[in-house]
Amino acid sequence: MEIKVLGPGCSNCQKVEKLVRETVSEAGVAADIEKVSDIMRIAKYGVLSTPAVVVDGEVKSVGKIPKKEEILAWIGK
Amino acid sequence: MSECCANKGEPSLVTIGSNKRNSKTRLWLPLLLIPVFVLLYIYLERGTDYLVYSLLSMDRNSHLTEAVRFFIFEVPKVLLLLTAIVFVVGIIRSYFSPEKTRRALEGKPLFLGNIMASALGIVTPFCSCSAIPLFIGFVESGIPLGVTFSFLIAAPMINEVALVLLFGLFGWKTAFLYASTGLLIAISAGWVIGKLKLERFVEAWVYEIKAAELKIAESETPFSERIEAGYTAVADIVSKVWIYIAIGIAVGAGVHGYVPENFMASLMGKSAWWSVPLAVLIGVPLYSNAAGIIPIVQALLEKGASLGTSLAFMMSVIGLSFPEMIILKKVIKLPLILIFIGVVASGIMVVGFLFNLIY
Repeated sequence: MEIKVLGPGCSNCQKVEKLVRETVSEAGVAADIEKVSDIMRIAKYGVLSTPAVVVDGEVKSVGKIPKKEEILAWIGK
Repeated sequence: MSECCANKGEPSLVTIGSNKRNSKTRLWLPLLLIPVFVLLYIYLERGTDYLVYSLLSMDRNSHLTEAVRFFIFEVPKVLLLLTAIVFVVGIIRSYFSPEKTRRALEGKPLFLGNIMASALGIVTPFCSCSAIPLFIGFVESGIPLGVTFSFLIAAPMINEVALVLLFGLFGWKTAFLYASTGLLIAISAGWVIGKLKLERFVEAWVYEIKAAELKIAESETPFSERIEAGYTAVADIVSKVWIYIAIGIAVGAGVHGYVPENFMASLMGKSAWWSVPLAVLIGVPLYSNAAGIIPIVQALLEKGASLGTSLAFMMSVIGLSFPEMIILKKVIKLPLILIFIGVVASGIMVVGFLFNLIY
């Protein structure tokens, strides 16, 4: 599984990255987590607001800090 | 001016987990608090007088008393107002998103587009760190450059923190003047930029990016979640700006109590015509948030600064921010940035001169 957190580096983007990492390791799921801060790459996903979360190439949430339950649902837990 | 990425939506990390238990209470609490807020607001002045004159038995005519009384009265007043308004605005904003705004603006002609973009700029959750993805997303879907700029001007300039401070410290008339002239500047500056046909100053790669179509299922948001959005907004914004408000009002209180009347008249008064361009010149590179600057300007206004000059100063500080320019530099070339600053600064100066003339 491949998870990308899109965000240029504001505080909420860091919070989301941390939350995703925590949730994934708690759930015991093997996933490749990457923080994408390159503007061009972020723009390619078509998101208008950050932080955004992409799971296996699919944009799951934009412009907000997702709930833990939401993240668990995305990774199939 | 929201300085964060997520103003809308979900609870912040800290509150996760503790939400479920008392979610019912959290829904009703705001309603129950309304009378408390109103009573506090009404009795605040009397309470302050009692505290300052009776309990602390301070001398009624000293400058120190005046400054202390000003501070003790204004800080809670503004914070009360701010908490209430930010909560309501947080709920309103949950109905909007940059994606919805883009859809509304697609295919709109220049002038109508400018009006809509400026109005939507006020209510759409937006932070300057998302300025680039938003800019690219707008331009890519064919929204004219001028319309995009109307959005980018209105979004930071007309924000709830500035309006609350203007309302609380200057009164509703000035708050209304600020909001309506700010809107006019966003509309007309965007329109001018659109008419100038400056697309060549946008970095070429912006047009070449083939962004994926964003498809996120928009599920019905229950109202309870919108209430949560209100709480999040309060937690995010009030926790960040209260300190600036307190410092701003403290400086304002000092000015209020100690600076002689008409001290500012020669510098920022309306007889000094050059005060408006000077205020803008100082204001544009000065990057401060509305929370800190407005209380100080209010105090200066009492000491003889004119309304037009004060408005121009606040608008240029709040509306044009240096960090945002640096962010935008990644997608637009320097000439367009300079034109953008020039057009908006001219608009602000027109407003400044106009109000110095009228009042």
